[in-house]
Amino acid sequence: MLELKHIYKTFNAGTINEKRALIDVSLALEDGDFCTVIGGNGAGKSTIMNAIAGVWPVDSGSIIIDGQDVSGLSEHKRAVYLGRVFQDPMTGTAGDMQIDENMALADRRGKRRTLRWGVTSKERMEYKEKLKILDLGLEDRLTAKVGLLSGGQRQALTLLMATLQKPKILLLDEHTAALDPKTAEKVLSTTEKIVARDHLTTLMVTHNMRDAIAHGNRLIMMNEGQIILDIRGEKKKSLTVEDLLHQFEKVSGKEFSNDQAILG
Amino acid sequence: MLAAYFSSLSPVALWNAMPGGLAQGLIWGIMALGVYLTFRILNFADMTCDGSFALGGCVCAMMIIRGVNPFVALLIAFVCGVIAGLVTGILHTVMGIPDILAGILTQIALYSINLNIMGKANQAIPVGTHQMPFTSNITMLGQTITLTFIFDAAIIGILYWFLGTEIGSAVRATGINAHMSSAQGINTKLMKVVALAVSNGMIAVSGAMISQYQGFADVKMGQGSIVIGLAAVIIGEVLAEAILGKRLNFILRLTFTVIGGIVYYFVYVLVLWLKFPADDMKLLTAIVVALFLAVPNYREHRKNSFRGLARRNAKAARAAQNKEAE
Repeated sequence: MLELKHIYKTFNAGTINEKRALIDVSLALEDGDFCTVIGGNGAGKSTIMNAIAGVWPVDSGSIIIDGQDVSGLSEHKRAVYLGRVFQDPMTGTAGDMQIDENMALADRRGKRRTLRWGVTSKERMEYKEKLKILDLGLEDRLTAKVGLLSGGQRQALTLLMATLQKPKILLLDEHTAALDPKTAEKVLSTTEKIVARDHLTTLMVTHNMRDAIAHGNRLIMMNEGQIILDIRGEKKKSLTVEDLLHQFEKVSGKEFSNDQAILG
Repeated sequence: MLAAYFSSLSPVALWNAMPGGLAQGLIWGIMALGVYLTFRILNFADMTCDGSFALGGCVCAMMIIRGVNPFVALLIAFVCGVIAGLVTGILHTVMGIPDILAGILTQIALYSINLNIMGKANQAIPVGTHQMPFTSNITMLGQTITLTFIFDAAIIGILYWFLGTEIGSAVRATGINAHMSSAQGINTKLMKVVALAVSNGMIAVSGAMISQYQGFADVKMGQGSIVIGLAAVIIGEVLAEAILGKRLNFILRLTFTVIGGIVYYFVYVLVLWLKFPADDMKLLTAIVVALFLAVPNYREHRKNSFRGLARRNAKAARAAQNKEAE
């Protein structure tokens, strides 16, 4: 479903701030795979998400979604294939617009935008129904401005918006990192629900090892712009945080240095 | 001396000047709606409008003296304004020039273009030989006001409809959150160009109407028009929030932008009537806009200020001390 072939990306090449963010990254996700991505700060987790989303072009390599090479497509054209949820709850929605207007924007992802109405009353009824899965009572606040919602509510809404048009790939970039533990738990379980219901191919970045182990059928670990671990199937099911730390030390030859990830 | 000053002011003259103020306010209201579209909806401080306003005026004047129907002249002014907006849009999105600078570049370029269009700095439209729908002729002023009112209402209606469509929603989303818009597959660059084009088209129409109203076009007629447009937008917002509060909806916001233009012109007429020197009007406008822009900031500051808290705490401490002393 998703295939990355030898992706390279260097930021500020040739300057003192040169950062080799992705080095020969290759990855293949099967249809319906739910893959979690962990790694320390600056390991390249978010970079890989941005590369897939087309925030900027990669230096070399190809990105293939459902058999089509999208590496030459700009961000908004690639959006046809992708549902995205970001770390910052403010990023995924338009705060000054209503819940239904936000959903209608997402519902038209990949379609031609015309001079027809931005939201129809029939769509409003649909959205009301679809909001129920979030279990946040948002179905009764359809015309409220999204800016009035809490971070958790906005994040749950963004998740729903990302999946209104079934995406080929769902990209979750630390989408619970800015939430309190209880809200994060709820957003994660909603994620599980929607991913399972729609059988979505998902890539989820997290810095919480427990979450990375608990969710999905595959786990990759990144370090210094490379994928250093790829665990799937039965091995993933029996994985523990200690295993992961141990493996990290073995592969990278140093200790895992992200306190947050260890404690998480 | 004061008595002499007051006795020199004639209430009848003020009353007679009001319809003219209303007509100009309604015409500038269209300009203000254009400014609203970029400044508020797109979150883009567009400096093109000084140039596109004069462009509309110059094109319209030249068309009319060549015998083109004044309404057709308005339409052509609109198209020219759209092109000016496209240029700013392309400078910004394709060539990566920051928003304010992109607008200023187009504005400066338009100064030369407008001079070329007219062949001179000022072009009168001989009123005797040319019938104009938006004239300031005192016997026809009622008609001018009715016509501009209809134009304003129609433009508000069209703008309301447009911003409610799929493309309009995408324009609004682009102004609020460009990052999210891209993620939802919106071509944010294209949306910016579209909004700038529509906005400058409207501003050029407003300039064209003003040239008909005053009976001439001047390359400098657009100078400072961005500030008047902003003044109308901001006066409208402050009034709307004061009068309507929570009942304020989108169509009323647009309506109040035009009302802001009318209020601005009433104040203008009033200040001139008070024998304020006309040369100082731009200074006065700048001060008014600065003050109105400061209102939301001031309100927020009054609610949330370190100094206020320090004062309250000091007062409480003093009261506690006094109580102890007793």
